Amino acid sequence: MIDTNVYLSCWPFRRLPLDEPAALVAALKRLGVTQAWAGSFDGLLHRDVAGVNLRLAAACRTHGEGLLIPIGTVNPTLPDWPEDLRRCHEEHEMPGIRVHPNYHGYRLGDPRFAALLDEAARRSLIVQVVVAMEDERTQHPLVRVPPVDPAPLVALVARRSSLRVVLLNASLKPADVLLRKLVEAGRIWIDTAMMEGISVLERVVAAVGSERIVVGSHAPFFAPDAALLKLQEAGLKEADHRAIAEGNVRSLMGSRRERED
Amino acid sequence: MTEPPRERIWDLHCHLSGMPGRTPDELMAALVARADRMGIERLIVFMGYPMAMDPSADELRRQNDQVLQALSHWHHRAFGFAYVSPNHVEASLREIDRCIRDGPMVGIKLWVARRCNDPAIDPIIRRAAELRAAIFQHTWIKVGGNHPGESRPEDLVALAARHPTTPLICGHTGGDWERGIRTVRATPNISIDLAGSDPTAGFVEMAVRELGPRRILYGSDVGGRGFASQLAKVRSAAISPADRRAILGDNLRAMLTPILRAKGVPLH
Repeated sequence: MIDTNVYLSCWPFRRLPLDEPAALVAALKRLGVTQAWAGSFDGLLHRDVAGVNLRLAAACRTHGEGLLIPIGTVNPTLPDWPEDLRRCHEEHEMPGIRVHPNYHGYRLGDPRFAALLDEAARRSLIVQVVVAMEDERTQHPLVRVPPVDPAPLVALVARRSSLRVVLLNASLKPADVLLRKLVEAGRIWIDTAMMEGISVLERVVAAVGSERIVVGSHAPFFAPDAALLKLQEAGLKEADHRAIAEGNVRSLMGSRRERED
Repeated sequence: MTEPPRERIWDLHCHLSGMPGRTPDELMAALVARADRMGIERLIVFMGYPMAMDPSADELRRQNDQVLQALSHWHHRAFGFAYVSPNHVEASLREIDRCIRDGPMVGIKLWVARRCNDPAIDPIIRRAAELRAAIFQHTWIKVGGNHPGESRPEDLVALAARHPTTPLICGHTGGDWERGIRTVRATPNISIDLAGSDPTAGFVEMAVRELGPRRILYGSDVGGRGFASQLAKVRSAAISPADRRAILGDNLRAMLTPILRAKGVPLH
Protein backbone atom coordinates (compact mmCIF):
# COMPACT_ATOMS: atom_id res chain seq x y z
CA MET A 1 0.00 0.00 0.00
CA ILE A 2 1.21 3.52 -0.79
CA ASP A 3 0.17 6.24 1.63
CA THR A 4 0.11 9.68 -0.01
CA ASN A 5 -0.57 11.63 3.16
CA VAL A 6 1.65 11.51 6.24
CA TYR A 7 3.41 14.22 8.22
CA LEU A 8 6.63 14.48 10.20
CA SER A 9 7.56 16.78 13.09
CA CYS A 10 5.07 18.06 15.67
CA TRP A 11 1.43 19.03 15.36
CA PRO A 12 1.30 22.49 16.96
CA PHE A 13 -1.51 21.75 19.42
CA ARG A 14 -0.89 18.25 20.76
CA ARG A 15 1.84 15.63 20.95
CA LEU A 16 0.80 12.65 18.86
CA PRO A 17 1.58 9.02 19.70
CA LEU A 18 3.49 8.52 16.43
CA ASP A 19 5.14 11.90 15.92
CA GLU A 20 8.63 10.40 16.14
CA PRO A 21 9.59 9.29 12.61
CA ALA A 22 10.83 5.87 13.67
CA ALA A 23 7.55 5.12 15.45
CA LEU A 24 5.54 6.30 12.46
CA VAL A 25 7.57 4.16 10.06
CA ALA A 26 7.09 1.09 12.29
CA ALA A 27 3.34 1.66 12.40
CA LEU A 28 3.11 2.13 8.64
CA LYS A 29 5.12 -1.05 8.04
CA ARG A 30 2.80 -2.98 10.35
CA LEU A 31 -0.07 -1.91 8.09
CA GLY A 32 1.73 -3.00 4.93
CA VAL A 33 2.66 0.46 3.71
CA THR A 34 5.66 0.31 1.40
CA GLN A 35 5.89 4.00 0.57
CA ALA A 36 4.57 7.10 2.34
CA TRP A 37 4.63 10.69 1.09
CA ALA A 38 5.63 12.85 4.01
CA GLY A 39 5.06 16.53 4.49
CA SER A 40 5.92 18.50 7.60
CA PHE A 41 3.62 19.91 10.25
CA ASP A 42 6.17 22.73 10.49
CA GLY A 43 5.09 23.82 7.03
CA LEU A 44 1.76 25.01 8.38
CA LEU A 45 2.97 27.97 10.44
CA HIS A 46 6.75 28.34 10.02
CA ARG A 47 7.98 31.13 7.75
CA ASP A 48 11.42 29.59 7.19
CA VAL A 49 10.02 27.03 4.80
CA ALA A 50 13.46 26.32 3.33
CA GLY A 51 14.57 25.17 6.78
CA VAL A 52 11.41 23.08 7.16
CA ASN A 53 12.09 21.30 3.88
CA LEU A 54 15.76 20.76 4.67
CA ARG A 55 14.86 19.08 7.97
CA LEU A 56 12.12 17.05 6.30
CA ALA A 57 14.47 15.69 3.65
CA ALA A 58 17.07 14.83 6.30
CA ALA A 59 14.50 13.10 8.52
CA CYS A 60 13.25 11.00 5.62
CA ARG A 61 16.83 9.98 4.76
CA THR A 62 17.75 9.22 8.37
CA HIS A 63 14.61 7.51 9.64
CA GLY A 64 12.63 6.63 6.54
CA GLU A 65 14.09 3.16 5.92
CA GLY A 66 13.37 3.71 2.25
CA LEU A 67 9.69 4.18 2.98
CA LEU A 68 9.32 7.94 3.55
CA ILE A 69 9.31 10.16 0.45
CA PRO A 70 9.70 13.84 1.36
CA ILE A 71 7.15 16.27 -0.06
CA GLY A 72 8.22 19.85 0.58
CA THR A 73 6.08 22.77 1.58
CA VAL A 74 5.80 25.79 -0.70
CA ASN A 75 4.01 28.94 0.39
CA PRO A 76 3.44 31.28 -2.57
CA THR A 77 2.74 34.24 -0.29
CA LEU A 78 6.34 34.23 0.98
CA PRO A 79 9.09 36.26 -0.72
CA ASP A 80 11.14 34.28 -3.24
CA TRP A 81 8.96 31.16 -2.99
CA PRO A 82 10.22 29.89 -6.39
CA GLU A 83 13.58 29.27 -4.74
CA ASP A 84 11.87 26.95 -2.21
CA LEU A 85 10.26 25.11 -5.08
CA ARG A 86 13.58 24.88 -6.94
CA ARG A 87 15.30 23.42 -3.89
CA CYS A 88 12.53 20.86 -3.42
CA HIS A 89 13.06 19.72 -6.99
CA GLU A 90 16.78 20.11 -7.62
CA GLU A 91 18.44 19.78 -4.20
CA HIS A 92 16.10 17.48 -2.29
CA GLU A 93 14.91 15.60 -5.39
CA MET A 94 11.35 15.53 -4.14
CA PRO A 95 8.68 14.22 -6.51
CA GLY A 96 6.20 16.83 -5.40
CA ILE A 97 5.24 19.68 -3.12
CA ARG A 98 2.44 20.19 -0.60
CA VAL A 99 0.49 23.41 -0.21
CA HIS A 100 -1.76 24.58 2.63
CA PRO A 101 -3.70 27.51 1.14
CA ASN A 102 -5.90 28.01 4.20
CA TYR A 103 -3.01 28.12 6.69
CA HIS A 104 -1.06 30.37 4.33
CA GLY A 105 -3.90 32.77 3.72
CA TYR A 106 -4.88 32.53 0.05
CA ARG A 107 -7.61 30.98 -2.08
CA LEU A 108 -7.08 28.77 -5.10
CA GLY A 109 -8.14 31.60 -7.41
CA ASP A 110 -5.15 33.67 -6.26
CA PRO A 111 -2.75 34.51 -9.12
CA ARG A 112 0.19 33.55 -6.91
CA PHE A 113 -1.19 30.03 -6.73
CA ALA A 114 -1.56 29.98 -10.52
CA ALA A 115 2.11 30.95 -10.81
CA LEU A 116 3.06 28.16 -8.41
CA LEU A 117 1.11 25.64 -10.49
CA ASP A 118 2.85 26.85 -13.66
CA GLU A 119 6.26 26.38 -12.12
CA ALA A 120 5.38 22.98 -10.62
CA ALA A 121 4.01 21.79 -13.96
CA ARG A 122 7.14 23.00 -15.78
CA ARG A 123 9.23 20.93 -13.39
CA SER A 124 6.87 17.91 -13.48
CA LEU A 125 6.30 18.18 -9.76
CA ILE A 126 3.15 16.72 -8.28
CA VAL A 127 1.18 19.29 -6.28
CA GLN A 128 -0.62 18.12 -3.15
CA VAL A 129 -3.35 20.52 -2.07
CA VAL A 130 -4.42 20.04 1.54
CA VAL A 131 -8.05 20.97 2.10
CA ALA A 132 -8.05 20.78 5.91
CA MET A 133 -5.98 19.46 8.77
CA GLU A 134 -8.70 18.79 11.33
CA ASP A 135 -12.41 19.06 12.03
CA GLU A 136 -13.23 22.75 11.93
CA ARG A 137 -15.44 22.34 15.00
CA THR A 138 -12.61 21.25 17.26
CA GLN A 139 -9.93 23.76 16.29
CA HIS A 140 -8.08 25.86 18.83
CA PRO A 141 -10.25 28.95 19.42
CA LEU A 142 -7.37 31.27 18.51
CA VAL A 143 -6.45 29.40 15.33
CA ARG A 144 -9.62 28.79 13.40
CA VAL A 145 -8.81 27.85 9.81
CA PRO A 146 -11.68 27.13 7.39
CA PRO A 147 -11.23 24.38 4.79
CA VAL A 148 -10.02 25.15 1.28
CA ASP A 149 -12.63 25.27 -1.48
CA PRO A 150 -11.15 22.90 -4.08
CA ALA A 151 -13.64 23.74 -6.86
CA PRO A 152 -11.26 26.08 -8.78
CA LEU A 153 -8.86 23.16 -9.32
CA VAL A 154 -11.02 21.85 -12.16
CA ALA A 155 -10.30 24.88 -14.34
CA LEU A 156 -6.73 25.31 -13.10
CA VAL A 157 -5.83 21.76 -14.12
CA ALA A 158 -7.65 22.05 -17.44
CA ARG A 159 -5.41 24.99 -18.39
CA ARG A 160 -2.16 23.10 -17.60
CA SER A 161 -1.82 19.92 -19.59
CA SER A 162 1.08 18.45 -17.62
CA LEU A 163 -0.10 19.36 -14.14
CA ARG A 164 -1.00 16.59 -11.70
CA VAL A 165 -2.71 17.40 -8.42
CA VAL A 166 -3.41 15.21 -5.39
CA LEU A 167 -6.16 16.55 -3.16
CA LEU A 168 -5.66 15.63 0.50
CA ASN A 169 -8.14 15.62 3.38
CA ALA A 170 -11.17 16.57 1.31
CA SER A 171 -14.45 15.68 3.06
CA LEU A 172 -16.21 14.87 -0.19
CA LYS A 173 -19.30 12.68 -0.18
CA PRO A 174 -19.96 10.03 -2.86
CA ALA A 175 -22.94 11.97 -4.21
CA ASP A 176 -21.18 15.34 -4.30
CA VAL A 177 -21.25 16.98 -7.72
CA LEU A 178 -17.84 18.46 -6.98
CA LEU A 179 -16.34 14.99 -6.47
CA ARG A 180 -17.51 14.01 -9.94
CA LYS A 181 -16.18 17.22 -11.49
CA LEU A 182 -12.80 16.80 -9.84
CA VAL A 183 -12.53 13.19 -10.98
CA GLU A 184 -13.61 14.06 -14.50
CA ALA A 185 -10.93 16.74 -14.66
CA GLY A 186 -8.62 13.82 -15.35
CA ARG A 187 -5.43 14.76 -13.54
CA ILE A 188 -6.72 15.24 -10.02
CA TRP A 189 -6.34 12.37 -7.57
CA ILE A 190 -8.18 12.41 -4.24
CA ASP A 191 -7.04 10.75 -1.03
CA THR A 192 -9.19 8.76 1.35
CA ALA A 193 -8.20 10.32 4.67
CA MET A 194 -11.28 12.46 5.28
CA MET A 195 -13.77 10.52 3.18
CA GLU A 196 -16.30 9.47 5.80
CA GLY A 197 -19.46 7.45 6.18
CA ILE A 198 -20.34 3.82 6.23
CA SER A 199 -18.44 1.84 3.63
CA VAL A 200 -17.52 5.13 2.03
CA LEU A 201 -15.06 3.77 -0.51
CA GLU A 202 -17.61 1.26 -1.77
CA ARG A 203 -19.98 4.17 -2.42
CA VAL A 204 -17.29 6.43 -3.89
CA VAL A 205 -16.20 3.75 -6.35
CA ALA A 206 -19.83 3.14 -7.30
CA ALA A 207 -20.23 6.87 -7.94
CA VAL A 208 -17.01 7.85 -9.74
CA GLY A 209 -14.90 4.71 -10.18
CA SER A 210 -11.60 3.88 -8.52
CA GLU A 211 -9.13 5.39 -10.97
CA ARG A 212 -8.57 8.71 -9.20
CA ILE A 213 -8.78 7.56 -5.59
CA VAL A 214 -5.57 7.04 -3.61
CA VAL A 215 -4.87 6.03 -0.03
CA GLY A 216 -4.06 8.73 2.46
CA SER A 217 -3.90 8.13 6.19
CA HIS A 218 -3.18 11.64 7.49
CA ALA A 219 -1.00 9.90 10.07
CA PRO A 220 0.20 10.60 12.65
CA PHE A 221 -2.62 13.11 13.21
CA PHE A 222 -5.15 10.40 12.39
CA ALA A 223 -4.96 6.83 13.63
CA PRO A 224 -3.10 5.11 10.79
CA ASP A 225 -5.23 1.95 10.86
CA ALA A 226 -8.18 3.90 9.44
CA ALA A 227 -6.75 3.88 5.92
CA LEU A 228 -6.47 0.10 5.74
CA LEU A 229 -9.76 -0.49 7.55
CA LYS A 230 -11.61 1.73 5.05
CA LEU A 231 -10.49 -0.61 2.27
CA GLN A 232 -11.61 -3.61 4.32
CA GLU A 233 -15.01 -2.05 5.04
CA ALA A 234 -15.56 -1.26 1.37
CA GLY A 235 -15.43 -4.89 0.21
CA LEU A 236 -14.18 -3.79 -3.21
CA LYS A 237 -13.42 -5.93 -6.21
CA GLU A 238 -9.78 -6.94 -6.22
CA ALA A 239 -8.93 -4.65 -9.15
CA ASP A 240 -10.44 -1.59 -7.48
CA HIS A 241 -8.78 -2.46 -4.18
CA ARG A 242 -5.37 -2.75 -5.84
CA ALA A 243 -5.86 0.45 -7.80
CA ILE A 244 -6.66 2.51 -4.72
CA ALA A 245 -4.07 0.85 -2.51
CA GLU A 246 -1.18 1.27 -4.91
CA GLY A 247 -1.86 1.13 -8.63
CA ASN A 248 -3.18 4.64 -9.06
CA VAL A 249 -0.15 6.17 -7.36
CA ARG A 250 2.16 4.08 -9.52
CA SER A 251 0.33 5.38 -12.60
CA LEU A 252 0.60 8.92 -11.30
CA MET A 253 4.33 8.53 -10.67
CA GLY A 254 4.81 6.77 -13.99
CA SER A 255 3.23 9.62 -15.89
CA ARG A 256 5.51 12.02 -14.02
CA ARG A 257 8.62 10.06 -15.00
CA GLU A 258 7.49 9.96 -18.62
CA ARG A 259 7.25 13.74 -18.61
CA GLU A 260 10.70 14.07 -17.06
CA ASP A 261 12.34 11.73 -19.59
CA MET B 1 -0.25 -22.39 25.35
CA THR B 2 -3.58 -20.70 26.10
CA GLU B 3 -4.93 -18.45 23.37
CA PRO B 4 -5.72 -14.86 24.39
CA PRO B 5 -9.44 -14.11 24.82
CA ARG B 6 -11.17 -13.29 21.54
CA GLU B 7 -12.18 -9.68 20.87
CA ARG B 8 -15.97 -9.40 20.78
CA ILE B 9 -16.85 -6.05 19.26
CA TRP B 10 -20.11 -4.43 20.26
CA ASP B 11 -20.85 -1.11 18.60
CA LEU B 12 -22.63 1.30 20.93
CA HIS B 13 -23.69 3.87 18.37
CA CYS B 14 -25.36 3.04 15.05
CA HIS B 15 -28.04 4.77 12.98
CA LEU B 16 -30.15 3.66 10.07
CA SER B 17 -29.74 6.95 8.24
CA GLY B 18 -26.94 7.18 5.71
CA MET B 19 -27.24 3.53 4.74
CA PRO B 20 -28.08 2.31 1.26
CA GLY B 21 -31.70 1.14 1.29
CA ARG B 22 -35.30 2.33 1.32
CA THR B 23 -36.97 0.50 4.20
CA PRO B 24 -35.92 -0.31 7.77
CA ASP B 25 -35.43 -3.94 6.73
CA GLU B 26 -33.22 -3.03 3.77
CA LEU B 27 -31.24 -0.51 5.82
CA MET B 28 -30.65 -2.98 8.62
CA ALA B 29 -29.53 -5.73 6.26
CA ALA B 30 -27.07 -3.29 4.68
CA LEU B 31 -25.79 -2.26 8.10
CA VAL B 32 -25.21 -5.85 9.24
CA ALA B 33 -23.46 -6.73 5.98
CA ARG B 34 -20.91 -3.93 6.53
CA ALA B 35 -20.54 -4.86 10.21
CA ASP B 36 -19.74 -8.43 9.15
CA ARG B 37 -16.83 -7.16 7.05
CA MET B 38 -15.36 -5.61 10.18
CA GLY B 39 -15.99 -8.51 12.56
CA ILE B 40 -18.53 -6.60 14.64
CA GLU B 41 -20.73 -8.93 16.65
CA ARG B 42 -23.49 -6.67 17.94
CA LEU B 43 -24.91 -3.27 16.99
CA ILE B 44 -26.87 -0.80 19.10
CA VAL B 45 -29.25 1.07 16.80
CA PHE B 46 -31.16 4.22 17.62
CA MET B 47 -33.15 6.92 15.85
CA GLY B 48 -34.89 6.43 12.55
CA TYR B 49 -34.99 8.77 9.59
CA PRO B 50 -34.96 11.51 8.57
CA MET B 51 -32.82 12.96 11.37
CA ALA B 52 -35.08 15.13 13.55
CA MET B 53 -33.38 17.48 16.00
CA ASP B 54 -36.53 18.41 17.95
CA PRO B 55 -39.00 15.66 17.09
CA SER B 56 -42.67 15.81 18.02
CA ALA B 57 -44.14 13.09 20.21
CA ASP B 58 -45.58 11.44 17.09
CA GLU B 59 -42.21 11.60 15.35
CA LEU B 60 -40.46 9.96 18.31
CA ARG B 61 -42.92 7.08 18.11
CA ARG B 62 -42.59 6.83 14.31
CA GLN B 63 -38.79 6.72 14.48
CA ASN B 64 -38.84 4.15 17.28
CA ASP B 65 -41.18 2.06 15.15
CA GLN B 66 -38.64 2.21 12.33
CA VAL B 67 -35.95 0.88 14.65
CA LEU B 68 -38.24 -1.82 16.06
CA GLN B 69 -38.95 -2.95 12.51
CA ALA B 70 -35.24 -2.89 11.64
CA LEU B 71 -34.46 -5.03 14.70
CA SER B 72 -37.25 -7.49 14.06
CA HIS B 73 -35.15 -9.94 12.03
CA TRP B 74 -31.87 -9.22 13.79
CA HIS B 75 -32.39 -9.75 17.51
CA HIS B 76 -29.36 -12.07 17.47
CA ARG B 77 -27.17 -9.23 16.14
CA ALA B 78 -28.58 -5.95 17.32
CA PHE B 79 -30.26 -4.09 20.17
CA GLY B 80 -32.07 -0.78 20.15
CA PHE B 81 -32.26 2.35 22.26
CA ALA B 82 -35.52 4.32 22.32
CA TYR B 83 -35.33 7.88 21.00
CA VAL B 84 -36.80 10.18 23.67
CA SER B 85 -36.91 13.91 24.29
CA PRO B 86 -37.14 16.15 27.35
CA ASN B 87 -39.43 18.38 25.28
CA HIS B 88 -42.03 15.57 25.42
CA VAL B 89 -41.63 13.98 28.82
CA GLU B 90 -44.97 12.14 29.04
CA ALA B 91 -44.63 10.81 25.51
CA SER B 92 -41.05 9.78 26.25
CA LEU B 93 -42.13 7.86 29.34
CA ARG B 94 -44.71 6.06 27.22
CA GLU B 95 -42.04 5.25 24.65
CA ILE B 96 -39.75 3.88 27.36
CA ASP B 97 -42.53 1.61 28.58
CA ARG B 98 -43.52 0.56 25.07
CA CYS B 99 -40.04 0.00 23.64
CA ILE B 100 -38.03 -1.07 26.71
CA ARG B 101 -40.30 -2.37 29.48
CA ASP B 102 -42.66 -4.12 27.04
CA GLY B 103 -40.40 -4.30 24.00
CA PRO B 104 -36.91 -5.42 23.01
CA MET B 105 -35.00 -2.16 23.48
CA VAL B 106 -32.35 -1.79 26.18
CA GLY B 107 -31.59 1.92 26.48
CA ILE B 108 -32.56 5.47 25.63
CA LYS B 109 -31.05 8.05 23.30
CA LEU B 110 -31.22 11.77 24.05
CA TRP B 111 -30.08 14.08 21.29
CA VAL B 112 -30.27 17.87 20.88
CA ALA B 113 -33.85 18.95 21.61
CA ARG B 114 -32.98 20.35 25.05
CA ARG B 115 -29.80 20.51 27.11
CA CYS B 116 -29.60 17.73 29.66
CA ASN B 117 -28.76 20.01 32.59
CA ASP B 118 -32.44 21.02 32.55
CA PRO B 119 -34.29 19.23 35.39
CA ALA B 120 -37.19 18.66 33.00
CA ILE B 121 -35.29 15.58 31.89
CA ASP B 122 -35.26 13.98 35.34
CA PRO B 123 -38.43 11.84 35.07
CA ILE B 124 -36.99 10.27 31.89
CA ILE B 125 -33.70 9.48 33.62
CA ARG B 126 -35.46 8.02 36.68
CA ARG B 127 -37.70 5.78 34.55
CA ALA B 128 -34.79 4.51 32.45
CA ALA B 129 -32.75 3.87 35.60
CA GLU B 130 -35.60 1.86 37.15
CA LEU B 131 -35.48 -0.44 34.13
CA ARG B 132 -31.63 -0.56 34.23
CA ALA B 133 -31.70 0.80 30.69
CA ALA B 134 -28.58 2.44 29.27
CA ILE B 135 -28.79 6.25 29.04
CA PHE B 136 -27.00 7.83 26.10
CA GLN B 137 -26.76 11.63 25.88
CA HIS B 138 -25.26 13.30 22.80
CA THR B 139 -22.68 15.97 23.69
CA TRP B 140 -20.49 18.28 21.65
CA ILE B 141 -18.19 21.22 22.27
CA LYS B 142 -18.12 23.20 19.03
CA VAL B 143 -15.69 26.08 18.83
CA GLY B 144 -18.21 27.95 16.69
CA GLY B 145 -21.03 27.31 19.18
CA ASN B 146 -23.50 24.50 19.81
CA HIS B 147 -27.13 24.28 18.74
CA PRO B 148 -29.38 25.87 21.37
CA GLY B 149 -30.54 22.49 22.74
CA GLU B 150 -27.23 20.70 22.27
CA SER B 151 -25.62 19.49 25.51
CA ARG B 152 -21.98 19.90 26.43
CA PRO B 153 -20.17 17.41 28.70
CA GLU B 154 -20.54 19.82 31.63
CA ASP B 155 -24.31 19.62 31.18
CA LEU B 156 -24.07 15.87 31.57
CA VAL B 157 -21.94 16.31 34.67
CA ALA B 158 -24.73 18.46 36.13
CA LEU B 159 -27.24 15.72 35.29
CA ALA B 160 -24.96 13.08 36.81
CA ALA B 161 -24.76 15.07 40.04
CA ARG B 162 -28.56 14.82 40.35
CA HIS B 163 -28.45 11.08 39.60
CA PRO B 164 -25.15 9.95 41.16
CA THR B 165 -25.91 6.22 41.10
CA THR B 166 -27.22 6.11 37.53
CA PRO B 167 -24.74 5.18 34.78
CA LEU B 168 -24.69 7.75 31.98
CA ILE B 169 -22.95 7.77 28.60
CA CYS B 170 -21.29 10.92 27.30
CA GLY B 171 -21.97 10.71 23.56
CA HIS B 172 -18.97 11.66 21.36
CA THR B 173 -17.01 12.64 24.51
CA GLY B 174 -17.94 16.14 23.47
CA GLY B 175 -16.16 15.81 20.10
CA ASP B 176 -13.37 17.98 21.48
CA TRP B 177 -12.26 14.96 23.49
CA GLU B 178 -9.39 16.61 25.32
CA ARG B 179 -11.88 18.94 27.00
CA GLY B 180 -14.57 16.26 27.24
CA ILE B 181 -12.37 13.76 29.08
CA ARG B 182 -11.25 16.40 31.56
CA THR B 183 -14.84 17.52 32.11
CA VAL B 184 -16.20 14.09 33.05
CA ARG B 185 -13.04 12.80 34.75
CA ALA B 186 -14.24 13.37 38.32
CA THR B 187 -17.73 11.97 37.70
CA PRO B 188 -17.44 8.19 37.98
CA ASN B 189 -20.97 7.36 36.82
CA ILE B 190 -20.21 8.82 33.37
CA SER B 191 -18.71 6.60 30.68
CA ILE B 192 -17.57 8.00 27.36
CA ASP B 193 -18.54 7.08 23.79
CA LEU B 194 -15.69 7.17 21.26
CA ALA B 195 -17.97 7.58 18.25
CA GLY B 196 -18.62 10.22 15.69
CA SER B 197 -15.46 12.27 15.53
CA ASP B 198 -12.43 12.16 13.27
CA PRO B 199 -10.01 9.34 14.12
CA THR B 200 -7.58 11.68 15.82
CA ALA B 201 -4.68 9.80 17.33
CA GLY B 202 -4.22 9.91 21.08
CA PHE B 203 -7.91 10.01 22.03
CA VAL B 204 -8.03 6.49 23.44
CA GLU B 205 -4.62 6.73 25.11
CA MET B 206 -5.65 9.89 26.96
CA ALA B 207 -8.99 8.37 27.94
CA VAL B 208 -7.35 5.25 29.36
CA ARG B 209 -4.83 7.38 31.23
CA GLU B 210 -7.39 9.76 32.74
CA LEU B 211 -10.53 7.63 33.15
CA GLY B 212 -9.20 4.10 33.28
CA PRO B 213 -10.18 1.51 30.66
CA ARG B 214 -13.57 0.61 32.16
CA ARG B 215 -15.32 3.91 31.43
CA ILE B 216 -14.64 3.84 27.68
CA LEU B 217 -17.10 2.44 25.11
CA TYR B 218 -16.40 1.85 21.43
CA GLY B 219 -19.06 3.18 19.08
CA SER B 220 -19.03 4.29 15.46
CA ASP B 221 -21.95 6.62 14.66
CA VAL B 222 -22.56 4.86 11.35
CA GLY B 223 -23.87 5.67 8.77
CA GLY B 224 -22.57 9.28 8.99
CA ARG B 225 -19.25 7.77 10.04
CA GLY B 226 -17.68 4.52 8.94
CA PHE B 227 -16.87 1.55 11.13
CA ALA B 228 -13.32 1.84 9.80
CA SER B 229 -12.37 5.29 11.02
CA GLN B 230 -13.93 4.70 14.42
CA LEU B 231 -12.48 1.24 14.99
CA ALA B 232 -9.10 2.70 14.03
CA LYS B 233 -9.14 4.87 17.14
CA VAL B 234 -8.97 1.68 19.21
CA ARG B 235 -6.92 -0.45 16.80
CA SER B 236 -4.14 2.14 16.52
CA ALA B 237 -4.04 3.03 20.21
CA ALA B 238 -1.01 2.11 22.27
CA ILE B 239 -2.95 0.25 24.96
CA SER B 240 -2.89 -3.29 26.36
CA PRO B 241 -4.85 -6.11 24.69
CA ALA B 242 -7.00 -6.38 27.82
CA ASP B 243 -7.88 -2.68 27.68
CA ARG B 244 -8.65 -2.99 23.97
CA ARG B 245 -11.03 -5.88 24.61
CA ALA B 246 -12.71 -3.91 27.38
CA ILE B 247 -13.25 -0.86 25.17
CA LEU B 248 -14.39 -2.79 22.09
CA GLY B 249 -17.05 -4.78 23.90
CA ASP B 250 -16.55 -5.96 27.47
CA ASN B 251 -17.50 -2.62 29.02
CA LEU B 252 -20.73 -2.29 27.05
CA ARG B 253 -21.69 -5.88 27.81
CA ALA B 254 -21.11 -5.20 31.51
CA MET B 255 -23.26 -2.08 31.36
CA LEU B 256 -26.09 -3.92 29.61
CA THR B 257 -25.86 -7.17 31.57
CA PRO B 258 -28.57 -6.29 34.14
CA ILE B 259 -31.20 -5.38 31.57
CA LEU B 260 -30.25 -8.20 29.21
CA ARG B 261 -30.50 -10.70 32.06
CA ALA B 262 -33.87 -9.24 33.04
CA LYS B 263 -35.05 -9.74 29.47
CA GLY B 264 -33.60 -13.24 29.30
CA VAL B 265 -31.15 -12.38 26.52
CA PRO B 266 -28.16 -14.75 26.47
CA LEU B 267 -24.85 -12.94 26.78
CA HIS B 268 -22.66 -15.54 25.06
